Amino acid sequence: MRAAVITFPGSNCDRDLAVAMETCFGRPVARVWHADSELPPVDLVGLPGGFSWGDYLRSGAIAARAPIMAAVRRHAERGGYVLGICNGFQILTEAGLLPGALIRNAGLRFVCRPVRLSVVNRNTPFTAAYGAEPITIPVAHHDGNYVIDPEGLARLEGEGRIAFRYLDNPNGSTADIAGVLDARGRVLGLMPHPERAVEPLLGGVDGRPLFASLLSAIDGGGRP
Amino acid sequence: MRAIVTIGFKEGVLDPEAVAIGRALAGLGFAEVQAVRRRKVIELELAGEDPEAASARVEAMCEQLLANPVIERWTVEIVEGG
Repeated sequence: MRAAVITFPGSNCDRDLAVAMETCFGRPVARVWHADSELPPVDLVGLPGGFSWGDYLRSGAIAARAPIMAAVRRHAERGGYVLGICNGFQILTEAGLLPGALIRNAGLRFVCRPVRLSVVNRNTPFTAAYGAEPITIPVAHHDGNYVIDPEGLARLEGEGRIAFRYLDNPNGSTADIAGVLDARGRVLGLMPHPERAVEPLLGGVDGRPLFASLLSAIDGGGRP
Repeated sequence: MRAIVTIGFKEGVLDPEAVAIGRALAGLGFAEVQAVRRRKVIELELAGEDPEAASARVEAMCEQLLANPVIERWTVEIVEGG
């Protein structure tokens, strides 16, 4: 497992994500600056949460056009794994690597609390280690309201590309969607923060199976 | 030359901020407000003389950055001399 985490100006979960990956993967994680144009040789790229460029224009819009994103796109086209969390999810939709868009929460408030999720598709490289029961992972966002047109939603549902749904929708998201996959199932974007749920001391460990799933998928011995 | 780009959500995208503005207006007694649509305006000062070429360039700017075609639509107005 070779992984990298990208830092954009205004990212604030980049270190948390790198530490969570290092804890779960047992290997150092490369740190990459947004202005770089090449990734190191990696299996997995993490796009962290935060407020890249202060959410100017639209959340994730400017980060999606950063020099490193051309390399992330090539990585995804080669079948590399990409995990975008919160602002990272917004960046992936803005970059067109995932469908739909994330707009202002329906309640207009910043929502910061643990939420319960169902793992909708457990046959993915990001979710294979989860069981059937709901999980609890924190969210912290203002623009987490996932919007997609009816045709796009039908495609996501038909292709098993909804990875996580909210059990108590905190933001007005279409069809309670909390996380979606690309067509190949190698790119995942989600609003909840699994990297904040890997230590019992910090309130829970329901984020760990996501990283364990990836480790198993990439280093072998696991399901898809 | 100046370009005035007006960007708003597509029909069918529910804008929670516009809904909140409508509710607040109703609360102030402006009962005649039927719907609220919120748009943003971006003005660009442009070098060059050719309004048609400028318009095409600004369309490309909208597609590549200024708007998100997944959820937004836009209009471009070119103002000469301004």
